[in-house]
Amino acid sequence: MTLIEGKDLTLGYEGQGIISSLSFSVGEGDYLCIVGENGSGKSTFVKTVLGLVEPLRGDIIYSGGLRRNAIGYLPQVSGIQRDFPSSVMEVTLSGCLGRHRRLFGYSSAEKQRALSILGSLGMGDRISASFQELSGGQQQRTLLARALMATEKLLFLDEPSAGLDPRTSSELYSILRDLNASGITIMMVTHDIHPALNDARTILHLSHGRYFFGPKEAYFASDMGKEFLKEAGHDK
Amino acid sequence: MISEMLSYPFIVRALLAGLFVSVAASLLGVSLVLRRFSMIGDGLSHVGFGALGISALLSLQPMAVTIPVVIVSAFVLLHISGKSRSGGDSAIALISSSALALGVIAVSAAGVNTDLNAFLFGSILSVSRTDSLIAAAVSAATIFSYLVFYHQIYSTTFDPSFAKATGISTGRYTSLLALLTALVIVVGMRILGSLLISSLIIFPAAIAMKLMRRYATVSIAAAAEAVLAFIAGFVLSYAFSLPTGASIVAVHMVIYLTASAARSIIILARERRAP
Repeated sequence: MTLIEGKDLTLGYEGQGIISSLSFSVGEGDYLCIVGENGSGKSTFVKTVLGLVEPLRGDIIYSGGLRRNAIGYLPQVSGIQRDFPSSVMEVTLSGCLGRHRRLFGYSSAEKQRALSILGSLGMGDRISASFQELSGGQQQRTLLARALMATEKLLFLDEPSAGLDPRTSSELYSILRDLNASGITIMMVTHDIHPALNDARTILHLSHGRYFFGPKEAYFASDMGKEFLKEAGHDK
Repeated sequence: MISEMLSYPFIVRALLAGLFVSVAASLLGVSLVLRRFSMIGDGLSHVGFGALGISALLSLQPMAVTIPVVIVSAFVLLHISGKSRSGGDSAIALISSSALALGVIAVSAAGVNTDLNAFLFGSILSVSRTDSLIAAAVSAATIFSYLVFYHQIYSTTFDPSFAKATGISTGRYTSLLALLTALVIVVGMRILGSLLISSLIIFPAAIAMKLMRRYATVSIAAAAEAVLAFIAGFVLSYAFSLPTGASIVAVHMVIYLTASAARSIIILARERRAP
C-alpha cells in the first residue's frame, strides 16, 4: 500500500526551483534512504514532504491512512535548542499534541504510551531527566520517542546520525531496523552510507539537476550509485 | 508599617495591578527568552514610550494610542527578528532609540504638564482606578491564555519545525505571544515605566532557568520569583521612599546574582563529587 506519492514535482523556495520533475513513492513497510550532496535539495525535500513548504509544481499525495500531520518527524538536533530547560517526558509528550482533541494537557493513555515508548528505547529510567543534560545518543532517542508519539506508520529522520559517534549511530540504526521490522515505514536523509547499504530497500539520490529513485540493488548498479560508493570508499 | 501602607487605596490598587502584570510578564518571558526574543520586549517598551509622548502632545487618551501602536510594532519586530538574525538586532535597536527620541521631543513639546520621569521610570501615583482595572484584566486574560495554550506554546518554543509538521499552527501561537506581550507591556508601563518594564519579562525567566531544568518548573519558578521581587521591591520603596520601579528591578538583580552564585556552587560541588 502506498503511503506517500509525489508525481512530477518541482521543489524549491520563493519561486526558485532546486529539484524538477521528481517522482517517487513510499510504500508501507518501506525503508527509504535519501542521499545527495549538500545543496542538492534534501532539506527542501524534507520540508515539502512535511508540508512546511508547498511544492512549486505537482502534488504530494498521502494515502493508506497516512495524514500529512501524522508523520513522525525527527529533525536534525542542530535545529533544536540544546540549552532548553525541558524534561524527557515533556519532550516526548509534545509529539502527540497535534493529534489529540483535548483542550488542555495529556490523557493518561497518552502518558502510558509515552512511558512504554521511552521504555522500549531504553530511556525508561530517564523520564524526568533534563533534555539538555543528556548525551547525544540519549537526546536522539528522546526525539525518536517524540516522533513515535506523532505517528503509527511513518518515521521521517533528517540526518539522525549527525554528531553521534559510530557506536551510538549503529545503536540507533539497529533500533530503526527493529521498528521497520515491526511494520513502521522509514524515510531517512543521511550522509552515512551504512544504513543505505545495509538497511534501505529503496534509495532516492538527489543531485544537481538529476536524481535516482529505485530499489537499492538497482541503485548500487547504476552510475550514480557507483559514484556514491566510490566517494564513501566502498568501491571495492 | 505594612498595614499603614495598605491603608492607602491607591497603593493597594497599584500593588494588585502590579502583581497581575508581574505574573503575566514572567510567563511570557519564559517563551520570549528561550526564543531569543528578549530584545523585542525592550524594543516594545520604547515604542510604548514614544506613543505615550505623542498622545500627551496631541492630548489623546494614552491607552487608545499606545495599545494599537505597540501591538502593530510587536508584529513588525517579530517579523524582523524572524527574517534575519544579525539584521534583526540592529533593526530593533534603531526602532527603540527612534521611538525614544520621538517620545522625548513630543513630551517636551507638550510642555510642563507632562511628567517625563513618570513616563520613563513609572510612578504608582499615576495609576488611576481605571488603569489598574485595565492592567489587572489584561494580565488575567494573558495568564489565562498562557495556561490554556501552555502545551502549544511549549511545543512552538522548543521545536517550531516539528510542531508545524505535526499540525500545530505555530504562526498563530507566535502571534498570540506577540499580542499578549504588547498588551502586558502597555499596561505595565504605567507602574514600572518604559525603561524598566522589560526587566519584568526577562529577569524572572533568566533566574528560573538558572535554578530549574524542566519547562513546567521553570514557568512556576519564574512566576513565583516575579511575585516575590514585586512585593519586596514595593515594600522597600515604601519603607525608604525610593522609586518603586527601580526598587523592584534592583530586587530582581539581587535575586539574579544570588541565583547565579548558587548555580555555580552547585556545579562546582557536582564536579567535586564526580571527578
